[in-house]
Amino acid sequence: MSLLETKSLSKNFGSLNAVRDVSLQIQPGEIHAVIGPNGAGKTTFLNLLSGELPVSAGCLQFEGHDITRWSPDRRANAGIGRSFQHSAVFEDLTVHENLRLAAQTQYPKSFGMLWPAEGYTDVAARVTDVIAQLSLNAAESTRAGELSHGEQRQLEIGMLMAISPKLMMLDEPTSGMSRNETLELIGILRRLSERHTLMLVEHDMDVVFQLAHRITVLVNGSVLASGTPEAIRADASVRIAYLGQED
Amino acid sequence: MSRSVLITTGVVVCIALTIPLFGNPYLTTHATRILIYAIFAMSLDLLVGYCGLVSLGHAAFFGVAAYATALLSAKIGVSNILISLPLSTLTAALVALAIGLLTLRTGGIYFIMATLAFAQMLFFLVNDSAFFGGSDGILLLTRFSLGTPSLSASDPVVRYYLTVAAAFLTFVFLYFLVRSPFGRILQGIKSNERRMRALGYSIARYKLATFVIGGALAGLAGHLYVLLASLADPSILDWVHSAQVLMMVILGGMGTLVGPVIGAVLLIELIDQAAEFTEHWKLIVGVVVVVITLFGKGGLAGLWAAVAARLGLARSQP
Amino acid sequence: MQLSTFLIQLLNGLQYGMLLFLIASGLTLTFGVMGIINLAHGAFFMIGAYLVFQFARIYEWPLPLACASAIVAVVVLGSIVERAVLAPLVDRDHLDQVLVTYGLILIFDELAVVLWGKDVHAAEIPAMLRGSVHISDMIVYPVYRLALAGAGLVCAIGLYLIVAKTRIGMIVRAGSHDRSMVSALGINVGPVFALVFGLGAALAALAGILAAPILSVSPGMGDKIIIIAFVVVVIGGIGSIKGAFVGALLVGLFDSFGKVLFPTVSSLVIYALMALILVWRPNGLFGKAA
Repeated sequence: MSLLETKSLSKNFGSLNAVRDVSLQIQPGEIHAVIGPNGAGKTTFLNLLSGELPVSAGCLQFEGHDITRWSPDRRANAGIGRSFQHSAVFEDLTVHENLRLAAQTQYPKSFGMLWPAEGYTDVAARVTDVIAQLSLNAAESTRAGELSHGEQRQLEIGMLMAISPKLMMLDEPTSGMSRNETLELIGILRRLSERHTLMLVEHDMDVVFQLAHRITVLVNGSVLASGTPEAIRADASVRIAYLGQED
Repeated sequence: MSRSVLITTGVVVCIALTIPLFGNPYLTTHATRILIYAIFAMSLDLLVGYCGLVSLGHAAFFGVAAYATALLSAKIGVSNILISLPLSTLTAALVALAIGLLTLRTGGIYFIMATLAFAQMLFFLVNDSAFFGGSDGILLLTRFSLGTPSLSASDPVVRYYLTVAAAFLTFVFLYFLVRSPFGRILQGIKSNERRMRALGYSIARYKLATFVIGGALAGLAGHLYVLLASLADPSILDWVHSAQVLMMVILGGMGTLVGPVIGAVLLIELIDQAAEFTEHWKLIVGVVVVVITLFGKGGLAGLWAAVAARLGLARSQP
Repeated sequence: MQLSTFLIQLLNGLQYGMLLFLIASGLTLTFGVMGIINLAHGAFFMIGAYLVFQFARIYEWPLPLACASAIVAVVVLGSIVERAVLAPLVDRDHLDQVLVTYGLILIFDELAVVLWGKDVHAAEIPAMLRGSVHISDMIVYPVYRLALAGAGLVCAIGLYLIVAKTRIGMIVRAGSHDRSMVSALGINVGPVFALVFGLGAALAALAGILAAPILSVSPGMGDKIIIIAFVVVVIGGIGSIKGAFVGALLVGLFDSFGKVLFPTVSSLVIYALMALILVWRPNGLFGKAA
């Protein structure tokens, strides 16, 4: 059984068909990349999967459950985690607190109102564990808003690690990163893929072809092609529609 | 609590405890009033400063509890505050639950306008109805008792110590609340709601819980107010009252708990002094509010934050 | 309900609705285009009424001149407020906007007391609008109230045409849909803000002038009606002129029929309406989803 399956998923904004009739399966354990030129509907598609946007037509299944009408938080609790294209960390809070809030979701104490949050050692242990897997230079007590762009993106992935979703969806995780930061991130993602299914929306072709097991190409909201990196590289229509632009 | 917070709180409480010893009835009553507004402002700070819920109808809960207290006493003769305090606070919490369920479906400016409008609805309800005493309100001639009829809660000194205890307990409760897992979630919601949802938090529940807790504490202030004023009249439900308590929170510094207490002192003193100086005191208060908000980004609050950071009172400190 | 009562309440509701629309439209435009919540919008309503009182009653200017001068004066005042106080607030959070505009209310209300005292002034109905008309044998209705409803309707149509047909209207619509779009279109927002704000102030002043003979002129007269205008905006959807129009009519009619059908709780009727609409459509009838 596939982990996530979309059936004829569509999203219209007025007369604009941002996503049309996308049927796609994500298998457990794979790294699935969604690529496409600007405006192809990649981020909209991801927003449909995470529940940020309501779908116009079609349906979505996660582990065999129909989740089409589920709220974003319900999907997150079911095991769908995501990052955002524009870094979405809690800028006013410290690095530690960012991760702590994420880790806290895994322990059913969120209505605890009396004892300081720091006292929950199981949550703290999880935060320490996540920080060890990241390569942040900044101290844990730094405000997240003061981190460099690359570090904010890492922190966001750290938050995902802390909620340990079955499916991790990353929206252009390397955008705005330096070469070195990108290489570091590829290492982190590779390690993550040992334990999580990953879906990437990505611009950087190097990243995609290095990591992905399967690639889906979106053009104008529709699936142009879907297959292994080799198959996509060889696909004539993809060359014309997409890769052709870069040659 | 960290040592500096303990020391500061201890000093403030000690000063507060000595006030009736001066034997100045005006001073004691004045301090009671300030403490009641400190509770009121702290309760709003939980919403605005920690959860990002800018409510312009917070006086509704203060007023509901005040009217509940007055009605209990005037209509069925319940003047024992051990009964009327929990009942009136509970009423405020229930009204907060109802208004919260309706208004929290919206956000931003909608929320501001909708909370304002619902509070105003309650204003008209009491203002236009004989049951609630109409525009004169309910004037109480009975004295309140504390447990036994022999211990009067209307005695200025008893009433003062009662208010000190209530303010202290409110502060301690909120101090622990905002540092708890629940409180941290509120700060996350204020910082980035969308991100919180994507982490799996169902925002609506936390906001509603916050709104109800804030409403109940505002109700506590409203109850104490009736002990002080022996009166519940429509003006305490007016949106001007909501705006005033919001000003206290901002003047003193939101998201600090200590700030609203200082804001309550500042605004009450500002109004009292300005009113002594001229009958057109609203002009002075208006100009002060506009200037501080426009030019002092953070204003007194910003100044306070710098001082607080040194003293270790800022909320980012564990 | 008798047919005559029904007709009179209908007319009352329409007339009140039109008045509310004049105020709510400025409120909703200020938010839609500038992203600002202006609690002090009611001050323009009050000042418009006071200035006509000053010009026409005290200086004894001819009424049309007094009205025109009052509107111009309010627009000038509004522009000063917009430049000096509101423009710097555009990028600040709603909390700051609430506080500053609340401060403005205190200032304007108290200035009115300083200048005109606390007394309630009656405003006269101009001679030519003084009589009543026979709608049927049984029903008599004051001409002035009909004229008021008519004036409101004319303004509503005019505003609709501006928003629907002109370039500035296009900017307003774009802005109420997505505010970042306005600057993205490369439009110099400063003059647009000033124009929109001036228009809103003028409409509020007009409403104050029209309402003066019915409501009488007093300090704080703007504060009561501005809350009702908020209810209108919440019902109609923030930023939408159409929403303000429908919301104003609904509130006007519910208020007017509420007074007959539920006399004891009549002032609660419109809030109950608002509560229902919030349950059904949290962003108002014509508001965009958050």
